[in-house]
Amino acid sequence: MLKQIEGSRAVAEAIALCRPQVICAYPITPQTHIVEGVGEMVKSGELTNCEFINVESEFAALSVAIGASAAGARTYTATSSQGLLFMAEAVYNASGLGLPIVMTIGTRAIGAPINIWNDHSDSMSMRDAGWIQLFAETNQEALDLHIQAFRLAEELSCPVMVCMDGFILTHAYDRVDMPTQAQVDAYLPPFEPRQVLDPSEPVTIGAMVGPEAFTEVRYLAHHKQLRALALIPKLSAEFVAQFGRESGGLVRTYRSDDAETIVVALGSVIGTVKEVIDAMRDDGIAIGCVSICSFRPFPLAVLREALERAKRVVVLEKCLAVGLGGIVSDGVRKALSGIMLKGYTVIAGLGGRAITMSSLRQLFDDARADELEQVTFLDLNADIVAGELERETTLRRSGPTAEAILRRLGTVASRIA
Amino acid sequence: MNRHEKLMELPTQRQPVKFYQTGTFTVGNRLLPENLRSVQADIGRTNSLNSGHRACQGCGEALGARYAIDAAMRATDNQLVAVNATGCLEVFSTPYPETSWQIPWIHSLFGNAAAVASGVAAAQRVRGRPHVRVVAQGGDGGTTDIGFGCLSGMFERNDDVLYICYDNEAYMNTGVQRSSATPPGARTATTPALGREPGNVSGTGKNVPLIAMAHRIPYVATASVANLHDLELKVTTAMEFHGARYIHIHVPCPLGWGSLPADTIRIARLAVESGLFPLFEARDGHVSARTPIRRKVAVDEYLKLQKRFAHLFASPAGRERIALIQATADRNIEEFGLLEDEATRG
Repeated sequence: MLKQIEGSRAVAEAIALCRPQVICAYPITPQTHIVEGVGEMVKSGELTNCEFINVESEFAALSVAIGASAAGARTYTATSSQGLLFMAEAVYNASGLGLPIVMTIGTRAIGAPINIWNDHSDSMSMRDAGWIQLFAETNQEALDLHIQAFRLAEELSCPVMVCMDGFILTHAYDRVDMPTQAQVDAYLPPFEPRQVLDPSEPVTIGAMVGPEAFTEVRYLAHHKQLRALALIPKLSAEFVAQFGRESGGLVRTYRSDDAETIVVALGSVIGTVKEVIDAMRDDGIAIGCVSICSFRPFPLAVLREALERAKRVVVLEKCLAVGLGGIVSDGVRKALSGIMLKGYTVIAGLGGRAITMSSLRQLFDDARADELEQVTFLDLNADIVAGELERETTLRRSGPTAEAILRRLGTVASRIA
Repeated sequence: MNRHEKLMELPTQRQPVKFYQTGTFTVGNRLLPENLRSVQADIGRTNSLNSGHRACQGCGEALGARYAIDAAMRATDNQLVAVNATGCLEVFSTPYPETSWQIPWIHSLFGNAAAVASGVAAAQRVRGRPHVRVVAQGGDGGTTDIGFGCLSGMFERNDDVLYICYDNEAYMNTGVQRSSATPPGARTATTPALGREPGNVSGTGKNVPLIAMAHRIPYVATASVANLHDLELKVTTAMEFHGARYIHIHVPCPLGWGSLPADTIRIARLAVESGLFPLFEARDGHVSARTPIRRKVAVDEYLKLQKRFAHLFASPAGRERIALIQATADRNIEEFGLLEDEATRG
């Protein structure tokens, strides 16, 4: 059924169709509307046989989810940014215990300076936590990925994060095709846990493991992700058969077959990238893009296949590995190891800075001319940076950078001290 | 059902009891009818925490946990799941690939046992198994410090969980560091007996049973391994309630306290008899029962058996701090009316 609704609402309705049994909620922008949505459905009786628990922190949210999942309930929660960091210890724990929890990340920057807007710093900070991470390009895909996520999580006994861009997707009203309960039921069977806390069959879960077995446990976690590389495309194909549209998978290509320049990106920015590519194709330029849906596991082989014939690759990243450059670029380089082509890392859209078509057009033209730095910050305000760097050569001042910039610019608030 | 009737409900298959404990105030078992005596081995005992675990000799926590969880199993007809915080109890009971637990048991993290237990309880409700009950347990570090937020959240929502804190008054598993449950003056690895105010600071303390009561949860109790009948009864009582419940058990730690393993029960008893650890029950936020002190002892008697307090006896300044500890004990006795019965009798 077609609906014109907010992205968060679409996800909330999709979650309800997945028949979750325990949902933990703690507010943090920009994921809040999702848990509000499911909470409303539980309260109104629209979603039955579901415990909606308002907890006191994100750490508790995921901890309650861990208990519920270990006791055999299909469990869901959502968070963003600082909230994901606050639950970090539980994030690793959930995957270590093999619990198939599904969690939405309404992706957002991490402070300081505090910033509520979108980038990928939060979810990527947890890239090695043992969760599967799927990135949605559109609201429709966000909705669809949640349905696939429960299948994936429960088949692998591995938690899954569905990452959707904060505000850009979570708060955007867009048309979505909402599946029926019968369709979802046909795709997603009830949760049957393999190991569950049950007095009739007592098990000890979470024992202390020493050097004699820890490596094997970690290897098997890695192996689980490698199995996901095969399972994700399979579930995506089954999804097409059941719902009649393509969503998910490992990567998707766009006009890249004969492209000399290929842009690699994740999430909602792909829409803008495609528009720029269309315009450049109209000008006869051989450019295309590859969007990564499965960031963990990282699809090395299919990326290599998609990129190896290009002359250059531009990786557009909404996250900065401070002191290194790009996180996604690292993976892309690994995928292309041994192949001599030009690779550029572009850091863009940090803290919600708009990634515009004109900036991208200029960027891609510069890339084609091979006039890019190894690491480029898109639309960096060079004046502010230069001014601050110059001040630092004459006046050493410890403390927060944002406030130092304000002081130099002489805003009212900065004149107090 | 009154207290005595409840005691009569406890299992009756008991071996004949030999009484050989001397040098303490223990007379309980000898004077009780055969069917009420506490024993280590019992054909009807579930031994939830089975033998072979790696607790130290004289570990109060191992004893307290076994009696508490056995009692909870009896009260629930073995329909019990336990959630454990990181700490000694977790480490000594589950060295992979072994486990001492005879019940479904999960350890997640140090600070989240109460929240994990909330999740387990929610899963039982939604899976149509409300008869399966949940106990969470942790040490004082996992309860009064790092797990405090989750604990308070579980209380405030009145989730159907019994939380048991085994209080040995410091972080013993990591090597005896100070927690918010460490008493004033006590020497720990992070409060050495050095400087102008040796040992732990004389702060305001943090009384978690009273904080639990402030949440107005249905049942709060304190218990001691010195009085195992009382401990079992309180756990049994707690399982009669639904909603959030809290039992705080005082468990001496020979390693951390610098005491003899054989003195664990004696020290626990002296803590009670001095007034430093009052035994009481509270319902809906109000004290409903207290265990009167049979023979009041000075705190010196309790402190001097423990090397962690030895430095207090070595200087006039230390003596002054002992006087402060005595004042705390006296205040407890007054506030909880622990000598009331005696006073009434004249």
